[in-house]
Amino acid sequence: MTLFYLFGAVAVIASLLVIAQRNPIYSVLLLIASFGALSGLYVLLDAPFVAVIQIIVYAGAIMVLFLFVVMLLNAPQEDTELDARVHPLMRPGAMRLGTVLAIGLIAELVWALTAINVSGSFPPGPVVSVTTIGRRLFTDYAFSFEVTSVLILVAMVGAVVMARHDPARGKR
Amino acid sequence: MPTLNDYLLLSAILFSIGTAGVFVRRNLITILLSIEIMLNAVNLSFVAFGRALGSADGQIIVFFVMTVAAAEAAVGLAIIIALFRHRESLNPDTFTALKW
Repeated sequence: MTLFYLFGAVAVIASLLVIAQRNPIYSVLLLIASFGALSGLYVLLDAPFVAVIQIIVYAGAIMVLFLFVVMLLNAPQEDTELDARVHPLMRPGAMRLGTVLAIGLIAELVWALTAINVSGSFPPGPVVSVTTIGRRLFTDYAFSFEVTSVLILVAMVGAVVMARHDPARGKR
Repeated sequence: MPTLNDYLLLSAILFSIGTAGVFVRRNLITILLSIEIMLNAVNLSFVAFGRALGSADGQIIVFFVMTVAAAEAAVGLAIIIALFRHRESLNPDTFTALKW
């Protein structure tokens, strides 16, 4: 119980700081901390394989990709002078609407989830083993698995094509 | 022991933080990071539901979500690099023209 609150608090605070930072590098590093806390929650949920994959794939691969792009673009500061001067809640006109919608959504979700009460604690059961996951992945979910590999291929080709330096159009 | 309700509440809070980031922030990289927060919140509820039902399906779906997140990050960051080459800015308000 204590561990749940510890990991949950770390995840929530780190995620809040991610969207509160002006420098994207700090945002990326804080998101890695949030993912570490989520990984601990997966261990508490008897899902050790997901916890390891979370660290390796998310913190290790995806976040490094983000960090690489942030450093490549070398644009650490947030956009315009208006953002630097004005608090998000105090922006003029329709620009305030995003904050209002976000607060409304949070209030609604918290209200809905405190109103309902999903019963009871988790039933004691065996930890789902890596063997089980692998067997299911290559039998019941074999088609999804193959489609996923095609998705990754398409994403790879798309990323290379879009980020390619194109001398025909000038502009670096 | 924490119940399923606690995990769902935590997942909802994280999802709301991600949504708020997409709404409030005006930096393309931070917006992509907020989307990652939302995907992780959904992953947490998948694993919690899988644990409550005693099945491996929740964890398997998490793998597919992670794959989609990786593909989305790769393509999204490539688009950001291409946009930054044109306008030298990461503010989405800068990109208002469909053609130039």
